Amino acid sequence: MTAVLPDLRSEVRAALGTVVDPELDEPITDLGFVRSVAVDGDAVEVHLRLPTSFCAPNFAWLMVSDASDAVTAVPGVGRVVVELDDHSDSDLINAGLAAGAGYRGTFGSEAEESLDALRATFLRKGHTAAMERAVSALLRSAPDTDVAALTLGDLPPGEHTTDALLRRRAALGLPVDAAAPVLVLDDGTRPDPAQAPMVLRRARSVRISVDGNAHFCRGLLTTRYPGSEADQAPRPEDRPLLPLTVSKGTRP
Amino acid sequence: MYTKDGEQYYVVDAHIALWDARPDNQRNIHGKQFIDCFYDYHRNLSPESEVWPYEEYLYQGGERLMRDVFADGIVDHAVFQPARLAEFYHRGFGQTEEAFALAQAHPDELTYNHYWDPRDGENGLEKLRADAERMHLKGVKLYTADWHGESRGWKLSDPMAYRYLEACRELGIRNIHVHKGPTIRPLDRDAFDVADVDHAATDFPDLTFVVEHCGLPRLEDFCWIATQEPNVVAGLAVAIPFIHTRPRYFAQIMGELVYWLGEDRILFSSDYALWTPKWLVERFVDFQIPEDMTEYAPLSTEVKKKVLGLNAARLYDLEVPAHLRLPEADETQTGPREPAAADLASV
Repeated sequence: MTAVLPDLRSEVRAALGTVVDPELDEPITDLGFVRSVAVDGDAVEVHLRLPTSFCAPNFAWLMVSDASDAVTAVPGVGRVVVELDDHSDSDLINAGLAAGAGYRGTFGSEAEESLDALRATFLRKGHTAAMERAVSALLRSAPDTDVAALTLGDLPPGEHTTDALLRRRAALGLPVDAAAPVLVLDDGTRPDPAQAPMVLRRARSVRISVDGNAHFCRGLLTTRYPGSEADQAPRPEDRPLLPLTVSKGTRP
Repeated sequence: MYTKDGEQYYVVDAHIALWDARPDNQRNIHGKQFIDCFYDYHRNLSPESEVWPYEEYLYQGGERLMRDVFADGIVDHAVFQPARLAEFYHRGFGQTEEAFALAQAHPDELTYNHYWDPRDGENGLEKLRADAERMHLKGVKLYTADWHGESRGWKLSDPMAYRYLEACRELGIRNIHVHKGPTIRPLDRDAFDVADVDHAATDFPDLTFVVEHCGLPRLEDFCWIATQEPNVVAGLAVAIPFIHTRPRYFAQIMGELVYWLGEDRILFSSDYALWTPKWLVERFVDFQIPEDMTEYAPLSTEVKKKVLGLNAARLYDLEVPAHLRLPEADETQTGPREPAAADLASV
């Protein structure tokens, strides 16, 4: 019996690893947002924490309710309690989740729309950022690449940037075969070649936004909860993306 | 005035506050959470030598503000951008009368901007007219994420907000500073969403909309709107301290802003007392886009002078000594500014 418990605990943690902060496009386990996981028999209690008391409550709700769904789905788990600590809406969110009230049931008239649109927006942004990372990584090693003509088969297999892009494409239902174009618009279609540089430029600003939010939130969490840096996994994107020496001739 | 390597910079801090977050002013737990959140920003992004003790962070007062902001002559002029937050603080967060009195005592150094909230309805409109006359308002700070009774936020595109913007136009309040930034709270009335700025900027082309925190955490949405609306300007509050902790990220923000908005539409802001301006100005003058970021042009001294003060001086009609002025760049009103210079795909 005692040997079962650690397994259940690690399965719960693995399930929590599938829950993503929509805005940062990273698992809550990597971000250090999981404060504690307690397993007692088949009962599981999870506490989450966020970088500020005022983190947007719609995002907080998404993460807390996704965490609850993910843990509940683990075979062998019985009673599940997921709570958000130290948030301006902790009481509201925790009570709403415990009562199964749903997002609108919890926030009432403030929640005019469901969270599906919000989730879809950030899935798309996560994909756009991954697309820019993959293209820019390639451009740095092969500046003559025709970005508009690039297909998934042209990306280096096994690279983090390639894998991350493929995962996000799959999540959005975009094709992942070798002949599929890398650079696509939000609707999944290939832009006109003349548009390609601007599509990449816009994708870059999305990627910088996502990266910036990740820097900010990760830093704030460690300021707010000393020691939480030990719970954060390094971001693969934080590897230097650019070569250290570049010909001065390319600068104006 | 700040001088470095023989170059003189006229410095305008476009976003400062005189706040009171002491326990006797905290109305509820959210008042404490709010200032604690600010203090975490402060601790997280400041160099160690610039970190204040928590007690000092709760309230500074006018004398200390004058010392911190204008010490060593680094800042020439600063603009108050107060937040009301009446649901969190008994006497509000930004201290209207104290800040206004300080601005009256130091008219060459300080401009007082006030706030309004469309949820105050007709009474608020009357009050805005009286405030504009008494305080000689040139600008306002709008905090769309502020709580108000049952409501946790509003949008610039709300019909009542348009009534207030029409009043601003009529009263000569030209500079509309909108907080769109990290923290905060509303739900579908999403404080991060900058789409409402797009609506208002289109319908009020004679007003200037300064988006504080340059839209972070949604920089790309902000850039896209600002590229299409010539009367939208980026405020660097909360973005600029990344110059210390994440200089490469800051370089990317600056690179994007210069690319999409151009050098005439970016404003330096310390967001005092979140941070003191001195070290930010010094670092910004010394800052350069890393050489390996070939996708961005280097920041010229002219760009830095404009960002640090000349752009805000233009918006607030401040008298800049003639030898420090610079002509506006010959840039397109809309669309990206450097389509050829800043594109990896064309390298």
